[in-house]
Amino acid sequence: MEKRELTCIVCPMGCQMEVEIQEDNRILVFNNTCPRGEAYAKKEVTHPTRVVTTSVPIKGKNKGQVPCKTKKEVPKEKIFDVVKQLKRVSVELPVFMGDIIVENIAETGVDVVATCTVKEEKES
Amino acid sequence: MKTYDIVIIGGGPAGLAAAVGAKNSGCDSILILERDKELGGILNQCIHNGFGLHTFKEELTGPEYAARYIEKVQQLQIQYLLNTMVVEISPDKVITAMNGKEGLMEISAKAVILAMGCRERPRGALNIPGYRPAGIYSAGTAQRLVNMEGYLPGREIVILGSGDIGLIMARRMTLEGAKVKVVAELMPYCGGLKRNIVQCLEDYNIPLKLSHTVVNIHGKERVEGVTLAQVDENLHPIKETEEYIPCDTLLLSVGLIPENELSLEMGNEMGKVTNGPIVDESLETNIEGVFACGNVLHVHDLVDFVSSEAETAGKNAALYVNGRKAKEKMHLIPIHHEEGVRYTVPAHIHPENMEEKLTIRFRVGEVYKNAFIVVYFDEQQVFKKKRSFMAPGEMEEIILRKEQLLDFPQLEKIRVRIEKE
Repeated sequence: MEKRELTCIVCPMGCQMEVEIQEDNRILVFNNTCPRGEAYAKKEVTHPTRVVTTSVPIKGKNKGQVPCKTKKEVPKEKIFDVVKQLKRVSVELPVFMGDIIVENIAETGVDVVATCTVKEEKES
Repeated sequence: MKTYDIVIIGGGPAGLAAAVGAKNSGCDSILILERDKELGGILNQCIHNGFGLHTFKEELTGPEYAARYIEKVQQLQIQYLLNTMVVEISPDKVITAMNGKEGLMEISAKAVILAMGCRERPRGALNIPGYRPAGIYSAGTAQRLVNMEGYLPGREIVILGSGDIGLIMARRMTLEGAKVKVVAELMPYCGGLKRNIVQCLEDYNIPLKLSHTVVNIHGKERVEGVTLAQVDENLHPIKETEEYIPCDTLLLSVGLIPENELSLEMGNEMGKVTNGPIVDESLETNIEGVFACGNVLHVHDLVDFVSSEAETAGKNAALYVNGRKAKEKMHLIPIHHEEGVRYTVPAHIHPENMEEKLTIRFRVGEVYKNAFIVVYFDEQQVFKKKRSFMAPGEMEEIILRKEQLLDFPQLEKIRVRIEKE
């Protein structure tokens, strides 16, 4: 049996959970305050995932950035592949919140979407 | 002179939620003054997720969270002015502001809501010796450069301070291809949320050195390295532990200061610990009709709590404008922060003016494990709650009930303290 201690990252409470992985691969979670914590712990010890947030440039020189995120969580080991692929991407205005920037990023089956609406260059 | 019922200073999360709260409580004449070119405040550069779990029951990024409130403000047809800087508020609530289009203007308000937010503590507040080379940024400045303007401030990074922005930037810089060598924290505990240690540092194998500080910055034109040292229990650096770390950039995440120049000038009384105005149960300051909410009142960890606090301030400002009962003759009870509790917001309350429930927010002074939050009405214990973990980096709250307080008509003080087992 393997025991692990985990800090839950689902919400800001940050519960200190204990996870037991049994011989038959059953996973027991202790000290979680809510069901989301249990789900996170089970995923974290089997195949950890994260939402990746980053930003991509607006086409043209020094036009600023549009923030974006993976629409769902992607496998943790794919984080750098996601960011790397986005390095080659720039977007044209207007961009609307929820617009798909890249489909199926890094073969994860997850789309990257804009998290902000930018209609035109903002006057500064 | 233009006249509004309520003028809100600042269009960040606090100002937006205050406006929504005021409008929903029946005030139609509201103006938000924002100095930036867009509404949303600091949320616009906080492109990471984790916002909105309390307010919207889903996980949003900063710009998405801001957009929800901006949409509400627009739907409710609340007026706002962008690129407009407030330079003075007089005690009789005449606001002097200016922008590039209209020049200097005066606006008269029946009620004012202070929602100016906070700014970062700069290098100058730290007394680190060395030249003033390029490559030293506050974490929030670096965040703006990377996320909004598309510049990477450096390639080899040391971060001093473990506030949430510092932790978030450790991950952000790593994703952008920089090498974050270490996050050093003067105190023996982390200044940010636990979840950020996991998802921003541990996920990327970035070391966190507690009880460490930067004692020297090397380089004349550009940062070339820093000297890191461990500190003893009195926070004095220990000479023998000094270590040179080459780097081209130092990010500072060493605390936030409420931005209260306007409040001070208009005569608001300030809390010594919060550096924000002292408020009562309505979030009203010592100046009648002037309210405060969000990070200008006290620095928060979570925007969700800023929003709910600000909606309360907005609601109370609307009640004031619509002629609520005068408070002068009401019984005012101070809340004493004792053992382990650094401050409370509000700092005093009029039970008669309270709603059924009132949230009291505070921070503790050190890390506690399995301790109790205890509330006394004078000498009588009325509330005790066990907390398995408390730290200065995470705000705590308790709820006071009006009916409970009305049972104590002679009450002199409410005391909030931390007691160990």
